[in-house]
Amino acid sequence: MGDILSLVAKRLGLGLLILFIISIIIFFMVELLPGDIAQAVLGQGATEENVAALRKEMGLDKPAIVRYLEWLGGAVQFNFGNSIVTGESVTATIGPRFMNTLFLATYAAVIAVPFAIVLGIIVALLRNSIFDRVANVATLSAISSPEFFLGYILILYFAVNMGAFPAISSLSEDMGTWELLNRTFLPALTLVLVVTAHMMRMTRAAIINLLASPYIEMARLKGVPPWRVIVKHALPNAWAPIINVVALNLAYLITGVVLVEVVFVYPGIGQALVDAVSKRDFPVVQACCLIFAATFILLNLAADVGAILTNPRLRHPK
Amino acid sequence: MSKKNEVLLEIHDLQIQGYSEERWVDIIKGVDLTLHKGEVMGLIGESGAGKSTIGAAAMGYARDGTRISGGSIEFDGMELSTATEEEKRALRGSRIAYVAQSAAASFNPAHKIIDQHTEAPIQYRIQKRLEAQEDAMQLYEKLRLPNPEEIGFRYPHQVSGGQLQRAMTAMAMACRPDLIIFDEPTTALDVTTQIEVLAAIRDIVDEYNTAAIYITHDLAVVAQMADTIKVLLKGEEVEQAPTEEMLKNPKEDYTKSLWAVRSFKRDQKSRPKGAEPLVSVQNVDAAYTGGDKVLDDVSFDIYEGMTVAVVGESGSGKSTVARCITGLLPPMKGQIQFKGETLPPNYRDRTKDQLRQAQMIYQMADTALNPKVQIREIIGRPAQFYGGLKGAALKNRVDELLDLIELEPSQFYYRYPPELSGGQKQRIGIARALAAEPSFIICDEVTSALDQLVAEGILRLLDRLQQELNLSYMFITHDLATVRSIADEVVVMQHGKVVEQGPKEDMFTPPHHPYTDLLLSSVPEMDPNWLTTLLEERGVDNVGDAASQQIDTDDPKVST
Amino acid sequence: MSIFVIGYYALLLGASCLAAYFNKRSLFMLLFTLTLVSFIIGIVGGVSALWFVTGAAALILLAGMTAYGFREFLVQILPGEASKEFKTAPLTAAFGMFVIFTYLVMGIFAPLIAPHGEAEVIASAFAPADDTMLLGADQLGRDIFSRIVYGTRNSVGLALAATVLAFLLGAIAGLLAATKGGWFDQLMGRIADVIMSIPSLIFALLMLSIFGPSIPVIIGAVAVIYAPRVFRLTRAVAGNVVVMDYIEAAKLRGEGTWYLIRKEILPNSTAPLVAEFGLEFCFVFLLVAGLSFLGLGIQPPTADWGSMVRENATLISFGDITPLIPAAAIALLTVAVNFVVDWMLHRSSGLKE
Repeated sequence: MGDILSLVAKRLGLGLLILFIISIIIFFMVELLPGDIAQAVLGQGATEENVAALRKEMGLDKPAIVRYLEWLGGAVQFNFGNSIVTGESVTATIGPRFMNTLFLATYAAVIAVPFAIVLGIIVALLRNSIFDRVANVATLSAISSPEFFLGYILILYFAVNMGAFPAISSLSEDMGTWELLNRTFLPALTLVLVVTAHMMRMTRAAIINLLASPYIEMARLKGVPPWRVIVKHALPNAWAPIINVVALNLAYLITGVVLVEVVFVYPGIGQALVDAVSKRDFPVVQACCLIFAATFILLNLAADVGAILTNPRLRHPK
Repeated sequence: MSKKNEVLLEIHDLQIQGYSEERWVDIIKGVDLTLHKGEVMGLIGESGAGKSTIGAAAMGYARDGTRISGGSIEFDGMELSTATEEEKRALRGSRIAYVAQSAAASFNPAHKIIDQHTEAPIQYRIQKRLEAQEDAMQLYEKLRLPNPEEIGFRYPHQVSGGQLQRAMTAMAMACRPDLIIFDEPTTALDVTTQIEVLAAIRDIVDEYNTAAIYITHDLAVVAQMADTIKVLLKGEEVEQAPTEEMLKNPKEDYTKSLWAVRSFKRDQKSRPKGAEPLVSVQNVDAAYTGGDKVLDDVSFDIYEGMTVAVVGESGSGKSTVARCITGLLPPMKGQIQFKGETLPPNYRDRTKDQLRQAQMIYQMADTALNPKVQIREIIGRPAQFYGGLKGAALKNRVDELLDLIELEPSQFYYRYPPELSGGQKQRIGIARALAAEPSFIICDEVTSALDQLVAEGILRLLDRLQQELNLSYMFITHDLATVRSIADEVVVMQHGKVVEQGPKEDMFTPPHHPYTDLLLSSVPEMDPNWLTTLLEERGVDNVGDAASQQIDTDDPKVST
Repeated sequence: MSIFVIGYYALLLGASCLAAYFNKRSLFMLLFTLTLVSFIIGIVGGVSALWFVTGAAALILLAGMTAYGFREFLVQILPGEASKEFKTAPLTAAFGMFVIFTYLVMGIFAPLIAPHGEAEVIASAFAPADDTMLLGADQLGRDIFSRIVYGTRNSVGLALAATVLAFLLGAIAGLLAATKGGWFDQLMGRIADVIMSIPSLIFALLMLSIFGPSIPVIIGAVAVIYAPRVFRLTRAVAGNVVVMDYIEAAKLRGEGTWYLIRKEILPNSTAPLVAEFGLEFCFVFLLVAGLSFLGLGIQPPTADWGSMVRENATLISFGDITPLIPAAAIALLTVAVNFVVDWMLHRSSGLKE
């Protein structure tokens, strides 16, 4: 077991290191601005005094490295400073929105993950049949479509033509669970479609790869019944690839959510990021980027750790 | 074989197709096969002959991307080509079992060996779990696995390759089947390990009077194992005969070419007196980055115009020595001298002339020649690079080299390597080495991927070139026939050390170092009684791993 | 029960029976599954859903016929070897090539095809379609059809330029890393690791927020984001070639790195690299489309598909599908490229056996 623990610890360490490097990139990239933040925010027409005042307020008179350390120190405690545009605390603005995004992503994942894995396995078992080919064309088309295309088609069909679901997912405090699920159904469905397509293809590839291994052939040639080949011989070795597929797609969800939130005017962190980018509200941009990157790294980390923990060769060392 | 008259398996006009490039192509074109109870049939042929596909078909099984398109397969009165999947499945594991080439890949890494062993007997309700485990341990003991009581409770990756292969044979035996298909079971193993697996397989098949189809490309191995031999070529049968007769009296030209006894033998040259060695390896230690030492104090000399054979098993360090000499792997300690002058350890630091002097010929001509480059450029490049030849002079030089390797220049000038046969490719490899006008060539297993006749042609060519151009060769090989025919001196290596070295005649006359003895005796020979005789001489416990472990490192004959 | 519904099921069932009778197993399975699925769709969605299925089937049939025709056309006009290659190409790949061909023509001859200039205001906002405006006018009164035609140039051109840059950076680094190995390989690998642990859209937004959305910034940002992916693949492909004995032979001859890459490694890795180029183009195209949808791509008044969708999105709530056409154009090209890449990957993996 010592081996496994040290491998996991190493992987965790690496994840932290990468997160640290990314925080440096995110912070110092803003330093590359021509002029500085204060100048950029106030624009060309700003008077010298105004710029100087803003500089002082933002602490730009301190050296970059000091500001970075302060920012990082704050970030670790979920304190990202104040928005330049509204002057409010970034955490207070983003916090609830982040929860909304997490809700949407979870909603989509809960539907997509079991659905896609089951479908992927079925398609892998039926490979080269007509269903496999149809599924191949269908999933390829789904992953080739921009998220906003799928989103608007769903709006057109379900919201405008049928009137079954609202086109805009505005949330309010006093909504019941059913109302909430109903309002967020279309954005979730958009995400489900894209993610399912991705996951099905990856699951199919992983399962076919697995079924081609000599030990599966050996099991078949031992007269093991097909269901037992899958359950007893394929499944114990399939966890690592499946965990990998799930984690990669959850990571994908995190990015895909930005466009979908904009289409459905959903009050999530993606929408906040896009607004901040167009308003050049850098503290918010930095905070959002760091949160997205951290989630992304965390999921990749989970995939790798999962693969390590389910590898029989590592679980039973020599 | 009169007592084995009852027919067990009857295959008639078997046709199998494989799917490639959007259409079905024939890969087995009408093969007949009759196997009696208790008979062992050897299927031999080159890769692509379809032997493994026939082996699977004997179980009514078609691999992914293949289909049985015609003919009949009758196993003990049951027609497998029309049987339902359920019916065929009921035979597999219980009455027909399978032993795959790579045991490491064919055992499921997620389960213990013994659980995989007992899966079939429990499923067929032949034995209860505990009985099946008892039986497995007995089989392990019969197959001479160490710690038979305990070894089954390990996971596959915790057991060595030769042991795993025997555990798989035991697994095939679990239901005491009537027929076992052995699909190249020893190809991935070292010669000294191979021998214990061969002995174990033969004993167990004899003991339970199991019929077997033994698939291999190694003639010497099949001669030990089979009662009858069937030779295949490109999906068709060439001929079939009882082993003795097949070896003594092959009928078809193709078979004769396989069986051809190496007639080529060259007189042994001795070191020129008072001369300094051309290449001198002096006290070399080497290791790959981060790994253990793979060479330990290796020293030997190669004199001008002579051939030194370096023999040893995989992992003995014989290829690493070549990498040290060429400078691909700079040694940690020691040095390589060329004509008395020390070479820079890294090839990047060597001069163009130093690089030119030592050339290499590779084992796999397929990977040694760039498939996307024409022959004229492959051979012409060294001449252009070192000699600065251009235009007509370059073309003349390429023609001259092609003549030298006995290939017609006009026919090969514009061809690409994938269009050539194995022997032709190997000749192109030789021409590329010669184009640099070297004085020393390293030949890395150059004949082991070739048929006997082709291999002999290559050896004759190399010998002729040596005489004409006064070349020195370092021959890396595990094939003793090659050593006998072409070497002047032999260096035996084990675990990165030189265990013995000297003139060839001395190496083939006892007494020598126990490892040399083990290695020499473990290489299968064409004589069908070779294995029996060897086991009688040495005793079953004195082959393979067991014997290697017995070698006393303090033996007085450790160094020469 | 309308005549349409009766005819619909009669046709499907009849075709299923015919397929079964002539032993076309896979066709039968497809038709009969469609029949069963139609029962469900029909009950849930009513007649309009069945019309939708019929329409989709007709569209697929039309696409199939176009693809079949285009493949025959290519087989006829191309010389020997190439024509044989296309004969075995699946219809999806032929369809993909046809679409790519159409986009090329549209992009190159945009000024000739488009009836109006891309920024020309010719009508009132959201004016409906008439004789001079095939698809009506957009929110500023510009001809939507002309803007879509010009958009081919701008959107595809930008994505292509970004892909080429990313590919050059990534491929050169990958080839060098594979050939040289050692610290350079390690360093490049680590850099790629770091860049790839930031989600691509997020990284793009970060860079655009800082440097502002201009064409050079977009191209540069996309290249930085996608070069590591190309690097990884090139490194892996070239890594398989580098271990070959002929590379060792060339190294021991004393050949330089450039010769090794150009003469020995590149000719043996073109097939996977070309396929990868197609795949990267799809990713880049979707990313750029996403950025311009968010208003951070090519800036107005230049016509660009992503921003056109956003600008006219209000029409969708009136049940008008015009804003979806540029989005469909994006999806169609990406699907087409993916179809072709799929075929190429399948072919190169089939040849390895």
